Amino acid sequence: MNNLLAFFSSSIGRKVLIAITGLLLVLFLIAHLIGNLLFFLGPDSLNSYAAALKGNPALLWSARIGLLTVFVLHLMNALALAMQNRAARGVQYQNKGYMAATAASRTMVITGLVVLLYVAYHLSHFTLGLTNPDHFSMHDAQGRHDVYGMILHGFQIPVVAWGYVAAMLVVAYHLSHGIQSSLQTFGLRNENYTPCVKQFSVFLALLLCLGFSSIPLAVQFGLVG
Amino acid sequence: MNFTLHVWRQKNVDSPGQMVIYPARDISPDSSFIEMIDVVNSGLAEKGEDPIAYEADCLEGICGCCSMTINGIPHGPGRGATTCQLHMRSFQDGEHIYIEPFRSAAFPLVKDLMVDRSSFDRIIQAGGFISVNTGGAQDANSIPIPKDDADLAFDAAQCIGCGACVAGCKNGAAMLFTAAKVAQLARLPQGQPERYRRVVHMVETMDNEGFGSCTNQYECEAVCPKEISVRYIAEMNRDYIKAKLCK
Repeated sequence: MNNLLAFFSSSIGRKVLIAITGLLLVLFLIAHLIGNLLFFLGPDSLNSYAAALKGNPALLWSARIGLLTVFVLHLMNALALAMQNRAARGVQYQNKGYMAATAASRTMVITGLVVLLYVAYHLSHFTLGLTNPDHFSMHDAQGRHDVYGMILHGFQIPVVAWGYVAAMLVVAYHLSHGIQSSLQTFGLRNENYTPCVKQFSVFLALLLCLGFSSIPLAVQFGLVG
Repeated sequence: MNFTLHVWRQKNVDSPGQMVIYPARDISPDSSFIEMIDVVNSGLAEKGEDPIAYEADCLEGICGCCSMTINGIPHGPGRGATTCQLHMRSFQDGEHIYIEPFRSAAFPLVKDLMVDRSSFDRIIQAGGFISVNTGGAQDANSIPIPKDDADLAFDAAQCIGCGACVAGCKNGAAMLFTAAKVAQLARLPQGQPERYRRVVHMVETMDNEGFGSCTNQYECEAVCPKEISVRYIAEMNRDYIKAKLCK
């Protein structure tokens, strides 16, 4: 146990923790997206899926607590390392150039904090029902929580829909560096597959962005509802 | 060629520093960056001003002394060369050139463009060696080493410890340096007995010296005058994880 604690307080250990939690969050996003896409199958599919999740409080709450823990660990460790890294420069350069570091890799803290703000809004919108309580309190014909209607009404507001699309672009930007970066941190590198991993990282980030954005876009362009 | 230099001048670590502008006139395009500074320094000396302090030694790109951040890039534009191997023809006539020391909290400034890189020595002292009783030289090839391993160990061993990786990294991380020094021994049979102890001690010293940590941007590899690959960082991560969790 002491060994483990010592490991996770070293620079490499902290990076490993950020990488593990980051990849867990990507797995969550994939599961979340699969659930979201039920929207295109109509109100019954989505609402019964939501009712099934809510009907199993043990599973729901352990998933929520696990997710929150992973999110907080990712965030706190990343911020702690970012502050250490800033201090490690000492005096800042008057004029700093870059030859290889991508803009996505240099802005991970900023994009991460934007995602944090987005998650706060997203939870108060669709999970807590604070920002649009009228959409949140609807029920369908079977008396279930009308998740489909909530999403439909939410995304009929242009600023909300386009805000979600913009947030998904930021998530994709963050992941385009994050996914490939985590494998390097684990030491999983090989001159044959590493170039493919980089491409896959960008591909998966774009796929998630497109998947999540498809719903607000479909509502905005009148393809659904 | 003529240039306008913006040079960081600072008397010592405790006094404040600032960028000072100096003209550099009639510079040969074939002169090295160091020779260009010497021309400017001669002019300063003639006027009775304090010349710009910098560090240089071999002037052939193998000692790693000439540390300068030129236009925001350690060792300046162009890949695979140290400042002393950088020629003025790499710049445009009339260009403004910004020259700053290698910036890192672990490299305290000595004067102007000179920094103290003894934190690198302390990382080496923590484990960058093999403990053997030296005797007569062994016969060549008495220990068979696969060609690929020998090549990779040699590539890592090309590190001249200049500190460009730290100066170029947004995080001031010394992971490419430490990884190269770990890998040059980890790849060879002689490095095996102390392999895992070595990586732990060197990484811990690196952390304690106040270097940052890698966020896998690979700027270090791009600015490294010896073009050392970030593959060694992955190898060091792997060895460190194994050492701490599996050994």
